[in-house]
Amino acid sequence: MQCQECGKRPATLHFTKIVNGDKAELHICESCARDKGELIPGTSAGFSIHNLLSGLLDFESPNPNPLAKPTAVKCDTCGMTYAQFSKIGRFGCSHCYKQFSDRLDPLLKRVHGNTVHVGKVPKRAGGRLKTKREIDRLKKEMQGRIEREDFETAAQLRDRIRELEKEMSG
Amino acid sequence: MVKRKFVKQALSHWMNGAGPDSDVVISSRVRIARNIRNLPFPMMAAPDQSLSVMEQLLGVAENGRLNGLGKIEQVRLIELTELEKLVLVEKHLISPNLASESRNGALILSPNEEISVMINEEDHLRIQCLCSGFQVHEAWDSASKIDDIFEEQVDYAFDEKHGYLTSCPTNVGTGIRASVMMHLPALVMTGQINRILSAVTQVGLAVRGLYGEGSEATGNLFQVSNQITLGQSEQEIIENLFQVARQMIEHEKSARSKLVTESRLRVEDRVRRSYGILTQAVIMDSKEASQRLSDIRLGVHLGLLPEVNGQALNELLVSTQPGFLQMAFGEAMSPEDRDRSRAELIRSRLATVS
Repeated sequence: MQCQECGKRPATLHFTKIVNGDKAELHICESCARDKGELIPGTSAGFSIHNLLSGLLDFESPNPNPLAKPTAVKCDTCGMTYAQFSKIGRFGCSHCYKQFSDRLDPLLKRVHGNTVHVGKVPKRAGGRLKTKREIDRLKKEMQGRIEREDFETAAQLRDRIRELEKEMSG
Repeated sequence: MVKRKFVKQALSHWMNGAGPDSDVVISSRVRIARNIRNLPFPMMAAPDQSLSVMEQLLGVAENGRLNGLGKIEQVRLIELTELEKLVLVEKHLISPNLASESRNGALILSPNEEISVMINEEDHLRIQCLCSGFQVHEAWDSASKIDDIFEEQVDYAFDEKHGYLTSCPTNVGTGIRASVMMHLPALVMTGQINRILSAVTQVGLAVRGLYGEGSEATGNLFQVSNQITLGQSEQEIIENLFQVARQMIEHEKSARSKLVTESRLRVEDRVRRSYGILTQAVIMDSKEASQRLSDIRLGVHLGLLPEVNGQALNELLVSTQPGFLQMAFGEAMSPEDRDRSRAELIRSRLATVS
């Protein structure tokens, strides 16, 4: 089979793209693929997760502030604008998460169905969060004890919660 | 430059075919994405910043904290040729992105190549654990331990609400991507695969081909991975993937035993035809090779081809890729040379295992 692009060399790479049920096959040779940046599998110049993301990002912010110019939103730390982010689908630095926070949650909700992390917490940096989660857990348990009228355990839990809260504010 | 083992040799620990359920599952992988606090992500980093990221992270390896892994390799990507990078991609030890786009990229590799740590990929740090067979929990445990070691030395970008912050919002939260590579020929032959794959994508998992994002499923190999990284704990993510993959394995196994009882001769004929072609052919393109090798793999696991062993098949998955062929048969080959070398390699490998 000859390469569809140059028609000279034999086709050695075969792609199948399915868009809305329309199947398109692409048979090209190495050298044309290299021009297209498709030499190393996975770096295909075609459709990637980032393209998909930037599609999602074109949505308007749900509570548009009439005074703010939407394209002017810019991260103070790395200088990335929201327009740039929505084009490439990647943030420039960790501060972007704060800078673009009002637009971020609807996006995260669409991608993950959630906006709040519940998994692993770093041992050193996440000390506070660990305590906070422990307090939440103890409060739930205390509630359960109260419902079962186990007031003795509930009181112990209450004391432990107070201790932890003191630790956090201290 | 003397070629080091990790580029010279196709065989990696994950290909040993000795893991649990290795008749269906080739490998299990967990990757964790992390970034360093107060430094721009690699894409926006200035050269001196990405250099300092690399030195800081390689420093963790240098001061002996990763000694538990044995004698590790540290490689700066600029030390490697394009071909060597391609070979590492084909072995799944680095990502295509690290190979082609990174600045000041580096790699830390454990001696059995189960752990590979990528530096300055899309995120500052990507820890990967790649295990043979169906071992997603084990892969997570190992990767998480390496994560703890780095965290002792490095301040991570972490936010109470959004968790571990990553360059791409599809990784934020846990930063975890877990995947299982499965060989599902019987589900494909019996036409059940599409129904199963569409069910899988409805429970928050994605299905891809052998070489991940953007690659087609060739040779009946499918990679199933989690999509959601935020709002679920790592344990939930791993368990969800485990349960779904478990069911797919069971479906594949029952489809296989049905094939053998109902159409044994046809299956045996197909398997032996492919074996005949692979042991005789002089020119073999990669698409045909992966199809034929899939038939042989099925034959081996159905007990129809006692003369072939599974480990050789896993090794051939990698060693018949373009980069490896060029490495083994001399650099700069035309596609025709490559198809001839591929046929030669397969013939010799299948001959030595019988």
